[in-house]
Amino acid sequence: MEDTFTFLAVLSRSWAMVAMLLAFLGIVLWAFRPGSRKVHRDTADIPFRHEDAPLPDGDGPTGSQDRTEART
Amino acid sequence: MWDWIKIAMFGLIALFAALAASWARDLAYQVHMLIIMAVAAGLFIWSVRTAGEAQPALATGTAEGYNDGVIRAGVIATAFWGVVGFLVGVFIAFQLAYPQLNFEFLQGYGNFGRLRPLHTSAVIFAFGGNALLCTSFYVVQRTSAARLWGGNLAWFVFWGYQLFIVLAATGYLLGATQSKEYAEPEWYVDLWLTVVWVAYLLVFLGTILKRKEPHIYVANWFFLSFIVTVAMLHVVNNLTIPVSIWGSKSVIVWAGVQDAMVQWWYGHNAVGFFLTAGFLGMMYYFVPKQAERPVFSYKLSIVHFWALIFLYIWAGPHHLHYTALPDWASTLGMVFSVVLWMPSWGGMINGLMTLSGAWDKIRTDPIIRMMVISIGFYGMSTFEGPMMSIRAVNSLSHYTDWTIGHVHSGALGWNGMITFACLYFLTPKLWKRQGLYSLKLVNWHFWLSTIGIVLYAASMWVTGIMEGLMWREVDAQGFLVNSFADTVEAKFPMYLVRGLGGVLYLAGALIMVYNLWMTAFGKQQTQAAAAAATPAE
Repeated sequence: MEDTFTFLAVLSRSWAMVAMLLAFLGIVLWAFRPGSRKVHRDTADIPFRHEDAPLPDGDGPTGSQDRTEART
Repeated sequence: MWDWIKIAMFGLIALFAALAASWARDLAYQVHMLIIMAVAAGLFIWSVRTAGEAQPALATGTAEGYNDGVIRAGVIATAFWGVVGFLVGVFIAFQLAYPQLNFEFLQGYGNFGRLRPLHTSAVIFAFGGNALLCTSFYVVQRTSAARLWGGNLAWFVFWGYQLFIVLAATGYLLGATQSKEYAEPEWYVDLWLTVVWVAYLLVFLGTILKRKEPHIYVANWFFLSFIVTVAMLHVVNNLTIPVSIWGSKSVIVWAGVQDAMVQWWYGHNAVGFFLTAGFLGMMYYFVPKQAERPVFSYKLSIVHFWALIFLYIWAGPHHLHYTALPDWASTLGMVFSVVLWMPSWGGMINGLMTLSGAWDKIRTDPIIRMMVISIGFYGMSTFEGPMMSIRAVNSLSHYTDWTIGHVHSGALGWNGMITFACLYFLTPKLWKRQGLYSLKLVNWHFWLSTIGIVLYAASMWVTGIMEGLMWREVDAQGFLVNSFADTVEAKFPMYLVRGLGGVLYLAGALIMVYNLWMTAFGKQQTQAAAAAATPAE
């Protein structure tokens, strides 16, 4: 099964590796995009909502307007 | 209709297991089939007795509120398996110090070689696995604002996982092992785990899909990557062909060095995704909750997540320095391991800095203190690990007790402490109590565990480095100075210290079980709540 090694050896020096690196850098840049701060602040507060009961079925994902339960 | 299908299914499984038990080629397989037969027969009788009865709302998936029953069961299972795993660990630590504890009458069942995988699997998969199950079910419901998807499927995951644990543990004692570290269970146990794991993925993913929050909170990303990656690792590392369907023995399809590489690709990612990503999911939910402030930097948590995902998968070959594995592969593993240091410390800083502005809680809240020391140990072992993966360091540390010390500072310090903190957080919430039975006992637990870990890690550093130096010592003529038995003799005092560290850690866990028991089932004693009510002086 030398093929496995050859495959990995080629992969590690290939465009696939470059593509993965670029994908990673793209994700990092995306996290720092303008306007992400508001989204991230809202997302980071998720643990402080809906502690005791789920939102009722029927309505889809809610926006941040009806967030009442604030963290203490 | 479903009742009749269940009855038929359980009956057929019981019948098949009975046949398999009578035709079994080896003892482990026979015992396992008897266990499966008993479980299936019990479920058969239960299904017959409850057939046609009105389905409780729970089963039909129409129940309101969060599904916390399965989480309560998970908390109990975590505490129970934790104590079992620590107890076996303490015993085998003393077996190493005093070989007489490999009793003659237990030869072949209770000697070190049989008990060691029992210990590792009990703490990693039974204690850690149940902790991950129950915390992930807790977190995914709260952060999705949705009840667990799939009704009773979550209960199937829980009980199916316990059956896996029992089959694995009894198998080790009776000699069924495929001799892959941390992947010892034989083929039919592996198949069963695969079924349970797919159900776990469905429950988790289903809950995320019906979430009411627009965003998926970062803890769920970590849990999801843990579930998906473990499924992939488990399947690839257990591609075996059974010798007979009536026996436990199987043969792996990989040969030689490929098998070694697959095994440590599995082994290191079990550390990376089971013991790191999954437990980071716990950290990203429970540390903010206990500190009552959001995570320090959500951006950093995103970078932390993706960096771990992209890097960990390459680190496995550092377990195979100076072997038949080609140099380029082990260099690759070494480089990625060193690079991993940065995102790991990024995550540590993110966890610790969540407390910024609330540092006083370290003094006043023993649960926060537990979380902080756990994140501290995460940082310490993710520095030690990359260092040990460097080939030159590895030539000294590999095969010595340094490795065991490293593993335990990660497992006892990081995984154990964060799990204890989560159990302390969850128990009052799940049993609707005002607070824990006693914060003083949490404090005792904290100090016993911490001193236990310090004794353990320090003694293993000393004995590991000593052992490594003794093995490579040569005299003026180039002959080795020490025999292997010389190192064994020299290690005796450190083995005692290590055993003592284990005893302290076990004692702490027993105190925790008492405290949790009194919180959940004791008469409503609210010492902690009462203390909180009195005004500060």
